[in-house]
Amino acid sequence: MNAKVILEKKQLEITIDRLCYELIEKHGDFSNTAIIGLQPRGTFLSKRLYTRINEIVNNKNILYGELDIAFYRDDFRRGSEQITPSEMKIDFTVEDKNIVIVDDVLYTGRTIRAALDALTDFGRPAKVELLVLVDRRYSRHLPIQPDYVGISVDTRANDKVKVEWKENTKQDLVHMITDSK
Amino acid sequence: MGKFSQRNLLGIKNLTRDDIELVFETADNFKAIINRPIKKVPSLRDVTVANIFFENSTRTRISFELAQKRLSADVVNFSASSSSVSKGETLIDTVKNILSMKVDMVVMRHPAPGACIFLSKHINAQIINAGDGTHEHPTQALLDAYSIKEKLGSVKGKKIAIVGDITHSRVALSNIYCLQKLGAEVMVCGPTTLIPKYISSLGVKVEHDLMKALNWCDVANMLRIQLERQDIKYFPSLREYSMLYGLDKQRLKSLNKEIVIMHPGPINRGVEITSDVADSKHSIILDQVENGVATRMAVMYLLASQK
Repeated sequence: MNAKVILEKKQLEITIDRLCYELIEKHGDFSNTAIIGLQPRGTFLSKRLYTRINEIVNNKNILYGELDIAFYRDDFRRGSEQITPSEMKIDFTVEDKNIVIVDDVLYTGRTIRAALDALTDFGRPAKVELLVLVDRRYSRHLPIQPDYVGISVDTRANDKVKVEWKENTKQDLVHMITDSK
Repeated sequence: MGKFSQRNLLGIKNLTRDDIELVFETADNFKAIINRPIKKVPSLRDVTVANIFFENSTRTRISFELAQKRLSADVVNFSASSSSVSKGETLIDTVKNILSMKVDMVVMRHPAPGACIFLSKHINAQIINAGDGTHEHPTQALLDAYSIKEKLGSVKGKKIAIVGDITHSRVALSNIYCLQKLGAEVMVCGPTTLIPKYISSLGVKVEHDLMKALNWCDVANMLRIQLERQDIKYFPSLREYSMLYGLDKQRLKSLNKEIVIMHPGPINRGVEITSDVADSKHSIILDQVENGVATRMAVMYLLASQK
């Protein structure tokens, strides 16, 4: 077992700042854009982005939601580990809005496929974009690519990318655990 | 996530407290889903469910069917009156024939107590008991307890009186098991003839005076007199039953506290409960029906996830 730091606290802060400015460059004052974090782990990042963007563009009315994909997974009844459903928090219609889906790590792309399905149950968005903190390159099972990336990493199938948040584990840290075998 | 300990839902008796709490947690999510504009998720899209009803039902059947459709399952409905059962086919033969058409899950209601347990020993599909005679009605008990929890915050420590025809009620037995597992105190109340002789061995209080029961409880669950199961006369007349055990506004007002009124339906207005009580703000009868869909979605989702 080998642990390698990908982003430490300060780098993570800078990366999140950069992602915020990239979003603002594209979406202006966020008058028609909603940020939607994926439950359970993407919401730490989406909350940070939401707060920071609020400070920068000074718009208190940015639409924010959290999407749970437990009931939309494609591996249900296929022997995979059962995941606990989390709360859906979307109290606006996504009809004709620009949506930014936020998750911490992009790997096979199956979660995002499920999220797209789940999102269409709330209406027909004008446009959907994907923001991820860590993109595990060359490991997709589906033709899904992110629009905004914190950092790209090359990994093998049995590596694990762990994103820790101080809200959750008392420290901000992104690291990769490699099986040394 | 915790795992559901059972492969089938045959009765509350076999469930653990964790199982029941897992159903409640999952039902919370489904309740949010069925209150959205698009009330559907694709979880069970590769599951086929047969609803096999050997006895009449309105609520339970519609509730199960809606729950299945909102989980995107394929559904076939079967009722005994319009089937080959009337031509002399046995239960196992009927069900095996349905299963050979590739059905994954069976929801069954049957007049014989233990019919689902019997069936579970002979077929491979997962079985949900939707009421077997006077034995159990597990999904009703789950939705009742869920509704109590929703209304009062928790079930633990609450006092629940089940009033009426306890002998012929599967709702009563399942409710007793479920509420006790969740830490509630249960009392049954009714005329001596409608209370099973050894019911106190289940750890429930027995009372024959309705006012005493109402004064004791936080929640009163009023049951219907199951005339269709009563082969002999258990009380002189419905009018007399109603005078002694019917819940009306006057009785409710004479209590020096507010209690929650429940009823599993179908209601016989004017017999076990009067209209003004059934439609009052104390009554959570229609919440029970709404919660029925969410809890049944939760049960089927948890069973289906075990494949």
